[in-house]
Formats: sequence, C-alpha cells, structure tokens
Amino acid sequence: MLRAAPWLMIALLTLPVLAGLSAILLPAFGYLPALQHNGFGLMVWRELLETPGIGRSAGLSLSAALLTPLLSLMLVMLFLASTSGTRWASAMRRLVAPLLAVPHAAAAFGLAFLIAPSGFLLRLISPELSGWQRPPDLLILNDPLGLTMMLGLVLKEIPFLLLMALAALPQLNADQRVNMARSLGYRPILAWLWTVAPALYPLLRLPLFAVIAFASATVDVALILGPTLPPTLSVRIIGWFSDPDLNQRLLASAAALLQLMITLSAIGVWIAAEKIVARLYRALLLSGHRRHGHALLNVLGKSLMVITLGTLLISLLLLVIHAFAGPWRFPDNLPAAWTLQHWQSVGPLLLAPLGNTLLLGLVSTAVAVLLVVAVLEHESRQGRKPAQILWAIYIPLLVPQVAFLYGLTLLLEQLRWQPGLLMVGFAHSLFVVPYVYLSLAEPYRRLDPRWQQLAATLGASPNRTWWHIKLPLLLAPLATAFAVGVAVSIGQYLATLLTGAGRVSTLTTEAVALASGGTRGTIAVWALLQAAVPMLGFAMAIMLPRLWWRKRRDMTGQLT
Amino acid sequence: MKQAVKFLCAGWHHRLRLLASILLLAINAGNTLEAQTPDPADWASVVAEARDQPLFFYAWGGDQLTNDYLAWVGQRIAAEYGIRMTHVRLSDTADAVSRILAEKQAGNSDNGAVDMLWLNGENFASLKTNDLLFGPWAEQLPNFARVNADANPDVRFDFTLPVEGYESPWLRAHLVFYYDSAYISEPPANVAALLNWAQEHPGEFTYPRPPDFLGATFLKQALLELVADSVPLYLPVQEASFATITAPLWHYLDALHPLLLRQGRSFPANGPELRRLMADGEIALAMSFNPTEAVNSVLRNELPDSVRTHLPDGGTLANVSFVAIPYNASHKAAAMVTANFLMSVEAQLRAQDPQYLGGTPVIDLSVLSAAEQAQFADSRQSHPSAPPLMSEGQQLQEPHPSWMEALERAWIARYGSR
Repeated sequence: MLRAAPWLMIALLTLPVLAGLSAILLPAFGYLPALQHNGFGLMVWRELLETPGIGRSAGLSLSAALLTPLLSLMLVMLFLASTSGTRWASAMRRLVAPLLAVPHAAAAFGLAFLIAPSGFLLRLISPELSGWQRPPDLLILNDPLGLTMMLGLVLKEIPFLLLMALAALPQLNADQRVNMARSLGYRPILAWLWTVAPALYPLLRLPLFAVIAFASATVDVALILGPTLPPTLSVRIIGWFSDPDLNQRLLASAAALLQLMITLSAIGVWIAAEKIVARLYRALLLSGHRRHGHALLNVLGKSLMVITLGTLLISLLLLVIHAFAGPWRFPDNLPAAWTLQHWQSVGPLLLAPLGNTLLLGLVSTAVAVLLVVAVLEHESRQGRKPAQILWAIYIPLLVPQVAFLYGLTLLLEQLRWQPGLLMVGFAHSLFVVPYVYLSLAEPYRRLDPRWQQLAATLGASPNRTWWHIKLPLLLAPLATAFAVGVAVSIGQYLATLLTGAGRVSTLTTEAVALASGGTRGTIAVWALLQAAVPMLGFAMAIMLPRLWWRKRRDMTGQLT
Repeated sequence: MKQAVKFLCAGWHHRLRLLASILLLAINAGNTLEAQTPDPADWASVVAEARDQPLFFYAWGGDQLTNDYLAWVGQRIAAEYGIRMTHVRLSDTADAVSRILAEKQAGNSDNGAVDMLWLNGENFASLKTNDLLFGPWAEQLPNFARVNADANPDVRFDFTLPVEGYESPWLRAHLVFYYDSAYISEPPANVAALLNWAQEHPGEFTYPRPPDFLGATFLKQALLELVADSVPLYLPVQEASFATITAPLWHYLDALHPLLLRQGRSFPANGPELRRLMADGEIALAMSFNPTEAVNSVLRNELPDSVRTHLPDGGTLANVSFVAIPYNASHKAAAMVTANFLMSVEAQLRAQDPQYLGGTPVIDLSVLSAAEQAQFADSRQSHPSAPPLMSEGQQLQEPHPSWMEALERAWIARYGSR
C-alpha cells in the first residue's frame, strides 16, 4: 500500500499536466485540425515574437518573478531575526494565518482601494490637508513598471513564507542556536541571522520556488494592479485564449510555452544567485560581526513588518467597510450611510457555491493529506527519497495553469468524462497535493529520527510508532498543511471553471465573475465570504494543537 | 462496460491498444451519432420534450440585475414548462466558446455542456463560421412574430452577419454617454465634439481599453462619426484600404489621449471599472452599452443622483442581444422553450421595468394589443437620470464584425505598448 503511494502521486501530478501540455504543444507549432490548421512550422512563434510589446510583457513577468520572492524573503528573515523570542512574535503570529487566508484577488481589491488616487489614504488627508475636492490625476494603480503589482504580491506572499517558516522553526532548536551564539558575544538579532537563518533557508526553498512560479504567472493580481499597456505575459495569454477569433489559440499556445520558459529561467536565475549569496553570506558570517548594525536591523525588521502586515490588514478592513457601505463619495473619510443591501443581494445565491466550496476543499485536501503522508512515511521507512517526487510536485505549480488546463479539459472530453464535482475535485487536487506536500515535507523529514529508533528498540511496529509517536509530534504541521490545502482549493478559479464546464460554482468563481461587472459592495461581500472559509481553517489549525497539547508548551508550534 | 473490465485485466501493451480503440470509438461515436433534433415547427412536441429537462444557460454573470432577471426567468419556466434552468455565470462569454470548441475537438457532437448561451456579434461570427451552432430554429418560435422582423430588419443581422435563424433576440441595447451634472454642465454633443470638450475638461473622460467590448464600441462609434463614407465599414475589412479609412480615427485618438484621465497612460479594463471611476469622482463623463445603466446605478446609490444620460446627436450604435444554441447542446428543446419565453410579453415587460432590469424590449410594441401597449407605456423609465427616448433614425447599425477585430488589433499595436 505504502509502496504504491509515491508512484500514485507522481502519476496524479504529472500525467494530467503532461497530457494537457501536449495538447498545446501541437497548436504552438501550427497544428490545430479542428480549425483547419494542418501544417507544422515556426509561423506561430514568429507571429508571437512580432507581437508589439511582447518583450516588455515577458520582462514584467520575469522581474515580478525575481523581485517578489527576494523582497518577501528579506522581510520575513529580518522580522524573524528581530522578534525571535519576544512578545512581538506571538502578536504578529496571530495575524499571519487570517492574512494568508485572504484570496489574492480580494487583497488586491482592498489594496487598490487603499492607495488609488480616490482611495482611502488620500481621502483621509482630503480636503483638509491636500485641498483636493476631486481625486488627483495620478498614475498609481496599473503603473507601467508593475511596482504596485509587485507590492500586492509581496503583501500576500509574506504571510505564506512566514507561515512556512513558523511551521519549520520548531525543528531547528532556534533558542539553543541563538543562546550559543550569544554566549560568544553576538547580539540577539545577529545571532539569529548567523545561526538560525542559514538553517532555515533550505526549509524555505521549496515554498520560495512556489512563490517564483506564482509571481511570474499570476493572473488575478496582475489584472487588478498590474500594468496594462502592455500587461504581463500571463494576462495576454488569457486574452488570447479567450479571444473570439479562435485562431488566436495558436498564439496563446505558443505564449503559454514562453511563459513556462520564463518561469523556469526565473528559478534558474534564483538558483544561480543562491550560490553567490551563500558565498557572500559565509564571508560576512566568518568576519565575526557581533553587534554592528544591530539597532538598525531591529528597527527595520519590526517596522517593515508592521507596515506590510498593517497595509494588508487595512486593505482587508476596507473590504469589510465596503461590504456594508452605502454611498461613499470622495473626499469623505467614511460612507455617508450603512446598508445591508449587498449582503441581501448575495444571500439567495450563496447556498450552492458555499456547499460546493466546502465539499471540494475538504475532500480534495483529505485525499491530498492521506496521499502526501503515505509518500512521506514510505520515504522515511525506506530511508531515502525518490528524486522524481520533487519534480512531480513542481510540475503543476510551474506550468501556467491556463495552458495545461485547456488541454486537460480537451482530454477529459475525449474520455467522455462528464464535467462535474468529481472532475473539479480531481483538478483541485493537482494544486492541493503540491502545497500540502510543500508545507508538510520538511517538518516530516526533520522529525528527530531518534524518536522512531527509540520506539523500535522498545518493540513497537512502524505502524504503531506512526500512530503513537509521529502523529502526535506532527499534529501542528499536519493541521497547518490541511489548512493550506483547503485555502489552495478555495482559491482555484481556472481549474474550477474549465473542468466543471462552468457548471460547478464556488465562492471563487462567483467572486471573479462578479468582479468583471460588480460594484465594490458585492465584490467585497464575495471576497469576504471567500476569505472566511480558509480563515476558519487556519484558526482551527492553530487552535487544534494548542488544545491538544495545552499542558505541553513545546508541542504547540509556537514561535521560538 | 465490458471493455472497461477487459481494460483493467489486460496486460500492458493490450491496455495501450485498448485505450487507443476506446479513444477512437469515442471520436467515431461523436461523428456518426446525430443528436435527436427537436423541430420548432411542431411546437407542442418541443414543449413536451422540454418538460423535466435541465437547461444550462451560459451567460455573462457580471451584472447583478441581469442575474436577478435570469433567476426570475428560471423560476417562471420551471413553473410553466417544468424546465430546471441553471444560469452558468461567465466572466467572459469566450469561456463558453472555448468549451464548445474543446468539445468539437473531442468529437462530442451530441452531449455538449452548453445548452444555450448569450453572445455578442463577435462571438456569434466566430461560432457560426466554425459551424458550432445549431439551427436554423429561431424564426419558427411562436413568439418570434412579436419581434415583427419584417418591420425591424435589424433583428435579422448581428454585426451585419445574417442571423438566418441561428440565434433568437431577447433585448435591445445602444451606446449612451452619462455625465455628472455636478461637475460639468454640458456633455459633448457627439464623439467628434468630444475632442474640443476634452480640451476644456482635461482628465474628465476615459474609455475601456480594447479589446474590451465597450472600448471597441467606442472606436467603432468614433470611426462611424469621423469617416466621410461609412459604406466600406459594412463590408469585410480590406487590408489595402484599412489604413486610409481609419487614418482620421488615429489622428483623432492621438490628439485625444493626452486629454484623458492619466493622460492616456492607463485605461480602465471594462465598463464596470469605468463606472467605478465615475462613482469615485475621478471622471465626469463615461459611457455604457446599456442605456439604463446610469439610472439603475443611481437608484441603487452607486452613482450620485446628479448623473444624467445623453445620446450622441448624430446617431448612436445600436444592436440586439441574442441567445444561441450550440450544435451539440444536450437539451435543445428546453433551450428553444426558454428562448421563446424570453420574447413573451411577460418577460419583456419585466425586462423593461426599471424596478427589475430597466432594459429595452426587443418585441415590436405596435403589434401588441392596446392593453399590452399601455402596460409597456406605464412601466417606462421616468427618472431624471434616465436616457432620452431613442428614435428610429438615431440608430447606427453595427459595422461588419471584421472591423471590430481589425480596430482592436490596430489599437493594441498603436497604443498597447509604450
């Protein structure tokens, strides 16, 4: 049973993607018989490279792919270093899970309303300080360099990385490392940076690759905050795939392959940069700095995190305000009236999407957690990890969704499998399994093997060891992984739309459909509902180990 | 079933071969089996067949009022005909087109997911030229007579393409401008006059970036107003003459863009975003292809009540909204009954009522009874923000669909990356 698990997972993750990809490979080289394109050649690629602004679009995707993880990582590391072992840590930690649960699109809408020329910030200072009765004509959103888009992405990726780091930290004995360094005369922050950060980074590497892949191919954030003239490559692909002129699908297929190349090269650049940075870091570490810059790092680490998480929090708060706002004109600081009208209009439409969302999230995550635990347990009993697993995990995350999902839909059609909840759940698991694996793999592997060995010497079977030793020790990471899985499932838009033939409505499909035409009030209501479900999941993931281990402080996965 | 069992028991190369034969079977089955097609001329049997059928109606879901209206339609046809309708809310109609295309590629010619879809002329052209539509059926519907197509020939054309009974009309729409009278006293008389107006009111107007439907409509309206001879616009685009014919448009836009919101460095994505800019006071002039969008938004407190609706004085682009049935729809009878219901007096009255949808009926009121005419007159929009009544002569017909495509591409090439 366990032996089959790795192969089952590899098959589940790679076959649909490869099949879906092959369905766009042929059109990218000019072959699409359904539309009477029967020749092979590089025509489509030539057309793609001649598309105005294509270099710019590709460059935007690449720079977002590199800057987003870099900024997020630096902020997270600085914050963890400056707050290790302080009250700050636990205060911020409470914020992380609910913020992670906010869907990207919802956060982007909130941020847009915060910083737009007619947004909340400028309303606060108008007209009293600025003298503006009408919003100033400033280009803040959709700026050509994509800075606002990257800000939106960083805001959303920080909670993700922070959560991944917090899940991994308990394995590292950070307190002991810091104490050791402090006994050598290092100030606390530098002690953390020199001893804990290098051990933490390898555990964050996989999540960072996921951030790179997401940032390079994001659609929803780019649509709301990103540049428009031209937009990022991913947005253009969506446009070509949904062009009424079906011949544009050839171009879309080639562009999807280009997107894949960009994502892969961003990861390549990152890996190359890792080597250089590692060398510099070692040189810096060995230079023996013990107290230099401590005060600056302290202020930076705390204030930057307060600003970023605060921005996200206010954005979220603005969604709440909008969900109850009546007319709200510039430059009023608050709505002129409050109303339940947005909730009333949503009410009757809510039941079916909510039921589907919960069903899909819970079932696909339960299956994913079972599969991932089976794979990791097999690996731990074998004492080695099959290299193919790592690739299999990354395939659904690295291949642009729009590309292979279109092909996958085609394939499912060919097999005459009826679109519906089952197919959608299957498509969701393509994305749920990798994220569950990413959040569970390192804690699982880092579990001290001496516990197992000790149990074995006492005569316990591997299964008994798992139930009585490993499961309790891994309760916190398992709960986190489950919450991550549910959140990922809820966030799926394209997968739900395409494999469900649009018939399976979830909170996300409703929210995105309305975002194309709704008012801020209804968008805010859907976005809040969409955030509420995963938030509940994360709250439970935090509460469960605490309740279970309320008498054993070191088992609750607290920040060190 | 037997094949599936064999599949599970067979050895490896057998399995591959079997898989291939199952795939082939699926494809061949698609090609040879023709769906039972209901005949709208025998209406009683269509209604009988439709009873207890589900209906998957794929329609843009971005507007709350339209969603509510379609939910009401679902309730009514459930009560009247026993049809269980599901409104599949699309963010982009092209998603449904993708679906139908994928099914065609897979050889699924009788069991499609889409039973009926609401589509625009561009998507209609695309589906029809690729033989993805079922028909002709629409003119045989009992309620089609109410449209009075002989007196209103525009319902027989969708973006100049002959409809030929492949889609059924359900609403009318036309381009209007709306402005905030708190900020500006006089809107520009038409698109050509907009340039001078924008010089006096810089940063007060913008339009959605093509290929958005409304943005492309703005380009067509501007082109129709700026060209001396509009006849070539109703024929397919000729590559040779495109540059010459559209030169005045680009000249106009080059001058207009620096006077737009954000100096034309960024454009809103679509009509709803344009309306949000209006609600935030960023602009004072906007446009819509739904004549009653402004008044509906005022009634829902989404726009200030100082907003007024205005028609371009030289005529404005007008078209008809249609529903179509894909060639492989699973429930064609239910789709026909629903399309027929959409043209009923009851459905059209509800569509016109500002309390519900506030749209423009597609049926010809002159063929109705006096009592029915009075009902329509009673429910007409009378709010100060409501659009002025449109007369026959003010309608500009949509150019050939190839112009929309060509204008979008030329706009993107010219302004899409700077």
